Amino acid sequence: MAAQVIRAGLLTTVQDLGRYGAQRFGVPVSGAMDRYSLRVANRLVGNADRAAALEITLVGPVLQFDSDTLIALCGGDLDAVVGDKPLPMNRPVWIARGSRLAFGQCLTGCRAYLALAGGVDVPEVLGSRSTYLRAGFGGLQGRALKAGDRIELIGVSESYFPGLRESQAFSDEGFAAPNWSVRVDAERLMLQPQRVRFVAGRHWQHLPSGVRKRFVGENFRVGAASDRMGYRLEGVDLDKHGFGDIASEAVAFGTIQLPPDGNPIVLMADRQTIGGYPRVGEVASVDLPLLAQLKPGDTLRFERIGLGEAQRLFHLQRSALAQIGTSIMAAGSQ
Amino acid sequence: MVISTNTDLSFSPLGDRALLVEVGDHADPETVARIRELADHLARLDLPGVLDFVPALCTIGVHYDPEQWRDESKVRTPYERLVARIQEALPDLESLGVSEGPLREIPVCYEAEFGEDLTALANAHELSIEQVIQIHSGAVYTVYMIGFAPGFAYLGPLDERLALPRRETPRARVPAGSVAVANQYTGIYPADLPGGWHIIGRTPLQLFDSSHDRPSLLSAGDRVQFVPIGAAEFRDLRTGQ
Repeated sequence: MAAQVIRAGLLTTVQDLGRYGAQRFGVPVSGAMDRYSLRVANRLVGNADRAAALEITLVGPVLQFDSDTLIALCGGDLDAVVGDKPLPMNRPVWIARGSRLAFGQCLTGCRAYLALAGGVDVPEVLGSRSTYLRAGFGGLQGRALKAGDRIELIGVSESYFPGLRESQAFSDEGFAAPNWSVRVDAERLMLQPQRVRFVAGRHWQHLPSGVRKRFVGENFRVGAASDRMGYRLEGVDLDKHGFGDIASEAVAFGTIQLPPDGNPIVLMADRQTIGGYPRVGEVASVDLPLLAQLKPGDTLRFERIGLGEAQRLFHLQRSALAQIGTSIMAAGSQ
Repeated sequence: MVISTNTDLSFSPLGDRALLVEVGDHADPETVARIRELADHLARLDLPGVLDFVPALCTIGVHYDPEQWRDESKVRTPYERLVARIQEALPDLESLGVSEGPLREIPVCYEAEFGEDLTALANAHELSIEQVIQIHSGAVYTVYMIGFAPGFAYLGPLDERLALPRRETPRARVPAGSVAVANQYTGIYPADLPGGWHIIGRTPLQLFDSSHDRPSLLSAGDRVQFVPIGAAEFRDLRTGQ
């Protein structure tokens, strides 16, 4: 046992790194929208990167802990509090039995990741614990959390950051956290328009030059109908491009589709496996976490980079994550 | 950026963590069969860091982890290294025997309670209901691709005498098992889904079950024939599952 859901929040789902291996059967990958934050949160509590955690969207839940639990909260700042104290982010937190974790308003970003030591215990479906809402499988009974649900954990790590549980704060405040945190570029998260780098796809050269020019020169706005499946971008008149449907082919996380109305759709975690619209290209993986933190009304501007550069930046991000992981492990045993 | 080979396959990046292998330039049963053989062949190679193969109408998508294909000397990108590895491993396409996929019989009840649009379709083409059923169930279709929803198979080619553009207003809910047509395709809704295809019948079979390792009854490249059944048999088969 770990926690009881008192209030569910707007959209709180169980997610991991996604469901691979069944896309040929039309099964979407799903998984966390901001996988970088999920990985960091998991490492902070001693979990494997692929452990299932809670993805919390805009308006967070209220959770009542019924056992001492090591948690970590990363990603967007959704104003988490325990009692009247803010819950510090991007660090390990031992939260005491009986404590209540609540969320206020969305301060930065749009999604927070709550990792719990041991990982959320829901059955694996096709190799993943991610929730796929549209088809109603994975996660907790294929749906978002609701009041009354119980969050069970697979195992409990008693030995990670043991010192925190012995601190005065743990008994007085109901939680204890170190005074350090994993370094996150909070300013980058607040940048408007957000810079989103992309790699041109094979249709890029066939798009009219006017469309290409406006695509990289102007600011887009994230539309209200954006969700885990795709971000609808508005505000730039790309014209009708005269490029009809194409023979449907595989899409990726970050594929930028251009439907006939000229409003691009960036495919996100719950995207379908194939698509029949022409594509501008794909968002560089290194920038997907930032894109996933944009909410309706936020603005972004695309910047074109080469494939080699995108793969190099992705490697640098992974290397930074590995370093963070090593530091956490060193601190965790003390 | 596009890498061509002597076996008329071409490769192109699909962002920094996936690539496309283009096998043909238009969808037909032969291209689909070639894609099936090639995808199976690629899957058997068990390439490190390759996460998914996604066969579609003319292409195979390959999702991979670029970290597993890094060249420490940085001469080639992970994309170029993986493409080179696939090219090395690919047999000559001509020598790769292209066999037909397995034939699967799908029972369908075309009665009015299930085939809501059957009469309208028959009227639109000036055919009798019996003729529509005969044409639809008389052909052997190829699964062109799986997409739109988990386990949703696009079957083609559909006889031109039954072709009709999608409904102007899609239905909010098409019941699971519904057999429908649109444009050059026929298909089966694997779950209750919104949809704009014309519904002409329903199968009692379950097309998708996420609790199975192989969750979809149909795979790209399979061949399908519809077998008309009555309402009583529909209910028997339904209960028997």
